[in-house]
Amino acid sequence: MLNFVSNCNKAIANLSFLSMQIHGKTDQYNSRRKIVSGFIIAVGLILLIRLFMLQIVDPSYKAFARSNFLRHITDYPSRGLIYDRHGELLVYNEVHYDLMVIPGQVGVIDTLEFCRLLNMDVSTFESRLLQARRHSMFRASVFERQISKTTFAAFQEKMFRFPGFFTQPRTLRRYTYPIATHTFGYVGEAGPGIIGNDPYYRPGDFIGISGIEKAYEKELRGQKGLRIRMVDVFNRDIGPFHDGRYDTLAIAGKDIYTTLDTQLQLYGEKLMQNKRGSIVAIEPATGEVLALVSAPSFDPGLLVGRQRTRNYRMLQNDTLKPLFNRALMAQYPPGSVFKLVSTLIALQEGVVEPHTRYGCSGIYHAGGISVRCRSHPGPVNAVTAIQYSCNTYSSIIFQNTINNPIFNGIQHSFSHWRDYLLSFGFGRTFGTDLAFELPGLVATADYYDRLYGTSGWRSQTILSLGIGQGELGVTPMQLANMTAAIANRGYYLTPHVVKAIGQTDNPNTRHSLAQDIPVDKEHFETIVYAMHMVVEDGTGRFSRIPGISMAGKTGTVQNPHGENHSVFVAFAPVDDPQIAISVVVENAGYGSVWAAPIASLMIEQYLTGKVQRKWFEDRVLNQSFLTAQP
Amino acid sequence: MTNKQGIIHNSDKTVILLYLIMVTIGWLSIYAAEFTEGMGHVLNFSTSYGKQFVFILTSLVVAAAVMLIDVRFFTGFANIIYAVAILLLIAVLFAGVEINATRAWFRIGGLAFQPSEIAKYATALALASIISSIRSRKPGNKDLLKGLCLILLPAGLVLLQKDVGTTLVFLSFSLALFREGWIGLLVFVIGGIAVFLFVLTLMMNEFIIISVLAFIAFFVAVIMRKKSGAVLQVIALFLFLSGYVYSVDYAFDNILQPHHKARIEVLVHGNADLQGAGYNLHQSKIAIGSGGLWGKGFLQGTQTQFNFVPEQTTDFIFCTVGEEWGFAGSLVIIGLFVWLLLRLIYLAERQKSTFSRVFGYCITSVLLFHFAVNIGMTVGLVPVIGIPLPLLSYGGSSLWGTTLMLFTFLKFDANRHEMI
Repeated sequence: MLNFVSNCNKAIANLSFLSMQIHGKTDQYNSRRKIVSGFIIAVGLILLIRLFMLQIVDPSYKAFARSNFLRHITDYPSRGLIYDRHGELLVYNEVHYDLMVIPGQVGVIDTLEFCRLLNMDVSTFESRLLQARRHSMFRASVFERQISKTTFAAFQEKMFRFPGFFTQPRTLRRYTYPIATHTFGYVGEAGPGIIGNDPYYRPGDFIGISGIEKAYEKELRGQKGLRIRMVDVFNRDIGPFHDGRYDTLAIAGKDIYTTLDTQLQLYGEKLMQNKRGSIVAIEPATGEVLALVSAPSFDPGLLVGRQRTRNYRMLQNDTLKPLFNRALMAQYPPGSVFKLVSTLIALQEGVVEPHTRYGCSGIYHAGGISVRCRSHPGPVNAVTAIQYSCNTYSSIIFQNTINNPIFNGIQHSFSHWRDYLLSFGFGRTFGTDLAFELPGLVATADYYDRLYGTSGWRSQTILSLGIGQGELGVTPMQLANMTAAIANRGYYLTPHVVKAIGQTDNPNTRHSLAQDIPVDKEHFETIVYAMHMVVEDGTGRFSRIPGISMAGKTGTVQNPHGENHSVFVAFAPVDDPQIAISVVVENAGYGSVWAAPIASLMIEQYLTGKVQRKWFEDRVLNQSFLTAQP
Repeated sequence: MTNKQGIIHNSDKTVILLYLIMVTIGWLSIYAAEFTEGMGHVLNFSTSYGKQFVFILTSLVVAAAVMLIDVRFFTGFANIIYAVAILLLIAVLFAGVEINATRAWFRIGGLAFQPSEIAKYATALALASIISSIRSRKPGNKDLLKGLCLILLPAGLVLLQKDVGTTLVFLSFSLALFREGWIGLLVFVIGGIAVFLFVLTLMMNEFIIISVLAFIAFFVAVIMRKKSGAVLQVIALFLFLSGYVYSVDYAFDNILQPHHKARIEVLVHGNADLQGAGYNLHQSKIAIGSGGLWGKGFLQGTQTQFNFVPEQTTDFIFCTVGEEWGFAGSLVIIGLFVWLLLRLIYLAERQKSTFSRVFGYCITSVLLFHFAVNIGMTVGLVPVIGIPLPLLSYGGSSLWGTTLMLFTFLKFDANRHEMI
């Protein structure tokens, strides 16, 4: 057997030798094997170079890959709730859904069905998609805001047919009562300016635009959470990326406990119906704002959700200016209520004694300037001058103050007088937690120097300041604060609306420092007594509350454009002040006629929890000043 | 007994080893492409990797059978095998089932079988037969025509199945014809110019191209003006090329199917239409490109795991390698292919018989074409035409066809001393 095989092999060897010779003749293209081999190597090299470019040199494919399968899902924390001073819930959240789109992942979809589900026409669909593409191919954009629950349910079922689209839960503000709009403020979408400045905000995010929502945005918003999920080509969720190693939890926003008294706020808004003006009520001992009414107002729910832009425009075009927060932004000359301050200054400066009496003939002349006064029993001292709001007395003591010989010139005496005003909180903002407060106006000596020349003005030149007219602008908030300072007999705490953040036992310490007024307490006692007399037997006697000792001061602000503004400031009880209040009713005439009754009703409501004087209340409720000439 | 020992002893171990390595890598890649967390048993026969496991086992049976059959069966029956393959190609047009818009498959029970895989093998045998039959003289025009018909007949039938990719594979036999001296380098040069002009025409206005051609022709004519008849030849060539450039647009718009057009346009115009025709290529490039140097690791490929790459077990299997094993893995795969192809050339060149040498070159050409075009399309060098990566892609027909070609050639090689 083996033999045979070896023989065979020999035979084959011979044959192959033969064939070699044959090949030698015919296989003249043998060298072409090198070309073919070279070709194979070239193909391999070309592929390798290409792979090198793709895998090593070009980094863009790695980014593409991540955006392909990773979804960065933002978890929106629920925004903090807002309570009143008694723990009653005033502002809360309701869940809605936004329809989001990542344009880079939108595949071929049934556009018609999609539009039918959303009740949208195709051209809108296309323009929205184009808009989202312009923003980013790989980042989510809002496609449709706040889709209804039924749409959400229908859409959720068919989601798998619309790759690139997903829904995202969002919360919207809801309000227990349609009140305190200006105080709460509202929440809106972060605009391009905000997004450019603060990396926290992304297009579609909400941010507080005004009021508490703005002032306490950082506390209310909480912290957004981020989840990185993996999805497959059908946009199906596969699970967390790296077991959620890079995920962060959303932290819910902190609740805000306001200083507002819901019943008082409700009542104040009710009283101010059909009127222009404001009510500011403060707890003197703490500076806590009990009620803040700006009329006319509007339902805070109007500035929530899809209709926000439309409603905002409507409110903006309203000639009654409901968006304007009169309590913090309207500036009026204070009128007669300012006599409280000017008398306090004169007493402190010693330019008049409390018992000094001046006669009043119904008109006061000073260097060609005359000030009129209403008839009242004369002559008057510090108390009765306030009780009857005597202009003559106020003008005299103002001139005494400004002409005080201890000062070297009117510039100094006036600046000294002005410093008192600033110490009461006039002419500057408090830095409260209320957005958009305005400083008002207290003119400087420089101002008069420029106006009249350095030696061109005398105390009689600025005489109207003595009765709260002229170059003076104060806000209702400043008036209420002044009243609180008088109620405290010499100091105030910065008015604020937030009592506690997060929990009720976590007080807001932003505004807990007392601001002292450099006027002795005994002078305050004189003024308090005078204010008490105003209500007991003076210009405000009409608004006396049976059983409650109240101190107040009427004011009638001269309005060159139309009917005078009715002003009243008050606090009660006199010996243990619980509430200090300022009321301004625009174009309503005398302070004693409209502002004083409203303040009186507010105080009764707050101190007793109800109002006994129904006829008195009805008189206010039934009155409208909206048609009066502003 | 001795015969059998001899077969194993004489077989080329390198090719067998490369074959086994590549089939294994292929199976692992298919497994990785289909892998999901908590997936069933490794041998789940409802999955691609489960089926591929069976295909691999049956391929080994095919390989063993081929090694045991007498070598004269292949040489003697080459023409009959070719005839059977042609009949199968005709039959599949009527009795075949349609898969992915091509009518290229027979379905027998649960198995689908693609006769074009047999056709490639049979054409290689028939070409080897016809070329070796005239080894004593120079091939005439008649021989060349016969050879061309031998290639174009099955190619045409495959085109009727609307399987453009496999049709183009038959072009690769020209490489074997070139080696045997039947066609010259000129054919490839002209082919190269044709492809170049084709792409150029799609990229820019044909008027510009013709202007440039005229410019070149003018200079060539000026240089060669002393040579008699040269100027006329240059003018004729210029006119021919101008005609070609003009006809490209027509051919492109009227002969090619819309999806082929789109795929070519995607390549020529870059990342156009990412959601449509460009989607496959874009996703393929993302998967491979995101692999980096060392890859994301076995079963860690996010793009393939989450099915972003379409056809990822078959035509786009290379994406799994590129993504999970990175440039290093790609280098290994390309290295293995180049090694295999060069080894086959080496084996072909050591054949005593023209038949085995031509057959060796034929299968090398086919494998080279598959290798170049498949990987080329996944990285965006070649339009996306659906042909598998030999030994790695999922699919029974492809694996059996490739096994048949490789082991028939190994059989020839083992018996090279008996064959003349």
